[in-house]
Amino acid sequence: MTDTTTHAMALTPEDLPKAGSFFKPHRIFLMLLFATLVFCVAWFMRWDWLPRYLPRLGSGILVSLAMLFSTAGLGFLLAVPLGLVQVTGPWPLKWAANWFCTIIRGTPLLLQLWLLYYGLGSLFPQFPAIRQSFLWPYLRESWPYGVAALTISFAAYEGEVMRGAFAGVPAGELEAGRAYGMSRWTLFRRIWLPRALHRALPTLNGETVLQLKSTPLVATITVVDLYAVISKVRQETFLTYEPLMLLALIYMGLTGLLVFAFKYFENRIPTRGA
Amino acid sequence: MAADPGSLVNWSLLALSPPGWGGALLRGFVNSLQIAVGGYSLGLVLGIGGAFGKLYGGPILRDLMECYTTIVRAVPELVLILLLYYAGTDAINQLLTLVGFGSIDINGLVAGIFVIGVVQGAYSTEVLRGAIKAVPAGQIEAARAYGMSPTKVITRVTLPAMLPYAIPGLSNLWLIATKDTALLAVVGFSELTLVTRQAAGTTKSYLLFFLAAGVLYLALTLVSNVFIKMIERHARRGFVEQS
Repeated sequence: MTDTTTHAMALTPEDLPKAGSFFKPHRIFLMLLFATLVFCVAWFMRWDWLPRYLPRLGSGILVSLAMLFSTAGLGFLLAVPLGLVQVTGPWPLKWAANWFCTIIRGTPLLLQLWLLYYGLGSLFPQFPAIRQSFLWPYLRESWPYGVAALTISFAAYEGEVMRGAFAGVPAGELEAGRAYGMSRWTLFRRIWLPRALHRALPTLNGETVLQLKSTPLVATITVVDLYAVISKVRQETFLTYEPLMLLALIYMGLTGLLVFAFKYFENRIPTRGA
Repeated sequence: MAADPGSLVNWSLLALSPPGWGGALLRGFVNSLQIAVGGYSLGLVLGIGGAFGKLYGGPILRDLMECYTTIVRAVPELVLILLLYYAGTDAINQLLTLVGFGSIDINGLVAGIFVIGVVQGAYSTEVLRGAIKAVPAGQIEAARAYGMSPTKVITRVTLPAMLPYAIPGLSNLWLIATKDTALLAVVGFSELTLVTRQAAGTTKSYLLFFLAAGVLYLALTLVSNVFIKMIERHARRGFVEQS
C-alpha cells in the first residue's frame, strides 16, 4: 500500500476545511440546504429511542476507541521490527517478515478475525494445559481475539510503511552517525528511527484512520463496541435508517477529531524549509 | 466444541461434490470475484466522473463531490455497506412502486456491486484526481491549442497521460475491492467468507475452512500482482526511472 492509496482511503489533515472558506455565496446556499435536510431528518424520523440508549452508546464509543488505540499502539510496536528486519535483517528473517506482510495484506481482515475467533477459539479448549492456565478466563472472552486480529493487521500494513521509511533515510546521515562513533543501538535510537518516523508520519496517521474504520468488524465476534450497540438498537426498535445514520455521524465525528489531533501534532514537529 | 483433533485435517471435507464443501467454496469465490470486478468497474466510472468534476466542475459540483469523498473516507466501509444496501434496495423498490411495477426482490449480486462500487468510487476519485494533477499542464494546454474539443482532450491526452501515475493507486484499489467483498458477508450475501463460515459451522472444522478460504484470497492477490506488474511495465514504458 503506497501512501497515496492511504490518503485516498482515509481522511487526511489537508482535507480539513479552513475557517475562511465557509463564507462563499454558494457555500452559504449549500449550508442552508443541508440545514433544511438535517431539520427534516430530525423532525420527520423517529429519535425517541435516543435518550434510553445514550449511556450504552457512550460505553460503546469507549470500547471502540480502546480497540483503536490499543491495537494501533501494539501494532506499531510490532511494525518497527518488521520494517527494520526487512531492510537490514539476515535473509531468513527478511523472508519471514516479507511473507507475513504479504499473507496478512492479501486476505480480508474479517476472515482473519473469524479464523482467530472461531478457529483458535475452538482449538484452545481441547488442550487441558490452556484450560488450566491463568490465561483461560481471558481466552474465553471475545475481545482478545479482536485485539489480536486488529493488531496483526495493523502491524502488517504498518510494517510495509516502516520498511519504506527505514530504507528511505539517506545513507549519508547514518554514515555521519557512525563517523561520530555511535554504537548501532544509539544510531538507531537517535537517527534512524526518528528520521524514519518523520517520513512515515503522514502515512501512519492515514493508517490509524483506516484502523478506526476497521474496528466495527469486531462486533461480528460479539465484542460490544459502538457498532454492536447500534445493531442492538436496530433489533429492539425495528428501525433501519435512524440508528445507522447516527452511527455514520458518530464515526465521522471520531474520524474528524482524530484527523484534527494529527494536524495539531504534525504542526508541532519542526520541519526545515517549506 | 467437541471436535476431535483428527478432524482438523479431514481433507475429504474440501471435496468438490456435495458431502465435501469445496464446490460451495468455489461458488462463493466466483461470487466474490464477480462483485469485485463489477464494483471495481463501477467505482472506476464514478471515479473518473468524480475526479473530473472535482478538478474542472463548477463550485457547487466541486463541493458536492468533496462531501461524497469525505463521507466515504470518514465512515467505516461496514457501516456504509449496510446503509447503502438497505437504502439502495429500498429506494429502487419505492421507485418501482411509484411507477406501478410493484416491489421486486433486488438481486444480491447487483446490490453488492452497487455498494462496493459507491465505496470504490470515492477512493478512485481521489487516486485519479492526484494522477490527473500530476500530468504536466503544458500537455493539456498543447492539446487545447490544437483545437481539440474537451472530450477529445480527455480521451486523447489526459486519460492516457495520467495512467502511469494512477496505476499504482488503482491496482491497490483492486486488491482492496477483492477484500472488501468479504464485508458483504455481514449483510448475508453468500460470498466466499460467509460460505466459509457456514461450512465451518456445519462441519466444526473451523481452521481447515478458514485457512482454505485464506489460500483462495491470497492466490487471487498474488495472481493479481503478477498482472499488475505487467500492466505497470506496459504503462511506464518510455518513462525515465525515478528514485
